[in-house]
Amino acid sequence: MQDQTAAGPIIEIKGVNKWFGDYHALRDINLTVARQERIVICGPSGSGKSTLIRTINRLEEHQEGSIIVDGVELTHDLKNIDAVRREVGMVFQSFNLFPHLTVLQNCTLAPIWVRRLPKAEAEATAMEYLERVRIPEQANKYPGQLSGGQQQRVAIARSLCMRPNVMLFDEPTSALDPEMIKEVLEVMVDLAESGMTMLVVTHEMGFASQVADRVIFMDAGQIVESNTPDEFFNRPQSDRTRLFLSQVISQ
Amino acid sequence: MTETVFHRSKADLLPERPPPPGTAGAVGWVRENLFSSWTNSALTILSLYLLWLVVPGVFGWAFLDAGFAGTDRTACEGAGACWAWVDQRIGQFLYGFYPREQTWRVDLALLLLVPAAAPILFDKLPFGRKALWFSLAYPFLAVLILLGGFGLEEVPTDKFGGFMLNITIGLAGIIVSLPFGILLALGRRSQMPVLRLICIGFIEAFRGIPLVTFMFTAALLLPLFLPSHFNWDLVLRVIVVVTFYAAAYIAEVIRGGLQAIPRGQYEAAQALGLGYWQSMRLVILPQALKISIPGIVNTFIALFKDTTLVIVIGLFDILNIGNQMVANPDWLGLGLETYVFISVFFFVICFSMSRYSMHLERRLDTTRR
Repeated sequence: MQDQTAAGPIIEIKGVNKWFGDYHALRDINLTVARQERIVICGPSGSGKSTLIRTINRLEEHQEGSIIVDGVELTHDLKNIDAVRREVGMVFQSFNLFPHLTVLQNCTLAPIWVRRLPKAEAEATAMEYLERVRIPEQANKYPGQLSGGQQQRVAIARSLCMRPNVMLFDEPTSALDPEMIKEVLEVMVDLAESGMTMLVVTHEMGFASQVADRVIFMDAGQIVESNTPDEFFNRPQSDRTRLFLSQVISQ
Repeated sequence: MTETVFHRSKADLLPERPPPPGTAGAVGWVRENLFSSWTNSALTILSLYLLWLVVPGVFGWAFLDAGFAGTDRTACEGAGACWAWVDQRIGQFLYGFYPREQTWRVDLALLLLVPAAAPILFDKLPFGRKALWFSLAYPFLAVLILLGGFGLEEVPTDKFGGFMLNITIGLAGIIVSLPFGILLALGRRSQMPVLRLICIGFIEAFRGIPLVTFMFTAALLLPLFLPSHFNWDLVLRVIVVVTFYAAAYIAEVIRGGLQAIPRGQYEAAQALGLGYWQSMRLVILPQALKISIPGIVNTFIALFKDTTLVIVIGLFDILNIGNQMVANPDWLGLGLETYVFISVFFFVICFSMSRYSMHLERRLDTTRR
């Protein structure tokens, strides 16, 4: 948004290490994300891919290295953490909609209480995004009345209502029935085409090859390979990647 | 993009039929619920027989054969209950020793409770959120009305008694123990060790020691230990003890509710940029409290009934007044009538709380509307 940062990268991760107790979960992660870049992160379970994107909005704390999001470094300073969380949206595997609020209230809660928008304005924005994810007619229902695919689309709209500069997706389609994966991926493709910076942890390789600028393969807490989708899928460099791809694609 | 919709033509579907006769409506209900099997039928008939044995007897004792007028025990000649004393003693049972010409103030305080409680208990009422200001002011207003001052005759709390004392202690306890219990529950789950330890200590102390012990402590020991300018009102001390006691239980009930909220809810609130108090107030507590309603109301009901324990420190609540009357030579031997009479008061209030909690659970259920 600001001129002095508009040109630089939106996320800079340098030498990040993270431990859960004794377990070394992230090892020397270096990653720079350009504005409007779309990155897909894949890897076997336990490889640290979810942990990595969760450090970007400080749902997980890193112990070494630095993470700078849009010019703000994530430290113990709560002000910085709040500032980053306002700019970074996140979509979870299990949707995590607030079940006691309607779809519309889910979408207006943070804009009203965090961004201090007037209610009418927040509702107008919410309806705009609910239309973008194609479920404006569900606005007054409760999450429990919607299908999984619809809930995930609401979760995307809820994040977008904060007008974030970056969207993180943590396995957004893994909890969905096969026929609902498509409707969520369509919304994500739309979003990618609109120029949103996206980091997506997913096993949907079709999505990766269609929209990603870069595919990152992680294993054992490290970034093993980082390449364009074309190179990544057709000429993977490490044996570990080849093995992973053969397993994912044979499914 | 298009959504996949399965278009069925009406012709493909089997036409709807009404349910078979005898399975719907009143007949269906009776068949399904009362006579669905041999054991069920036997239980139904046995229950009807027991009702036939008990109900006419109780009804006859309480009303048909009962005596309603007279000035002492001898007025009641019938086989049934003797209610003649009610007319004479109802004032004491309701107001204790509150000055007779001032009891309208107690009535007024109780009457004002209706508009004060309504906006909290029910939604979709006129005036909306503005009415909550009156709810907030009510406790202070009620204290003013009951104690007097500002032109009203002052009534010290040692004149409080009867059911009015039970309601005063119970209501004050309920109003204060809920927010206090919420804070204790949050404190017990806090990241800060000192705060957590203080909350655990408080909760375990009040759960681990009988309420009667605290009552004695409040009434007899505190005045010995505290400097004399701390000479708090006895009723106030009782209210504090009852409130702390209930808050400890409520804290544990709510902690159970908090633990039932999935971690994802906290994370989603954080990821949206909500701070700790915002996430608690807007996301976590509304859900945790909803789960905790049965336990909270359970605690409230227990608290209200426990107000009768003030008998041990010599306060004259409705039960103690009843005891005095049973011992009175004029009305000797009317124990059953007296305790039935008192029971009705408690049952009406406690049963109302129970019904209200069920209504609230249905209203807050967002999964089935």
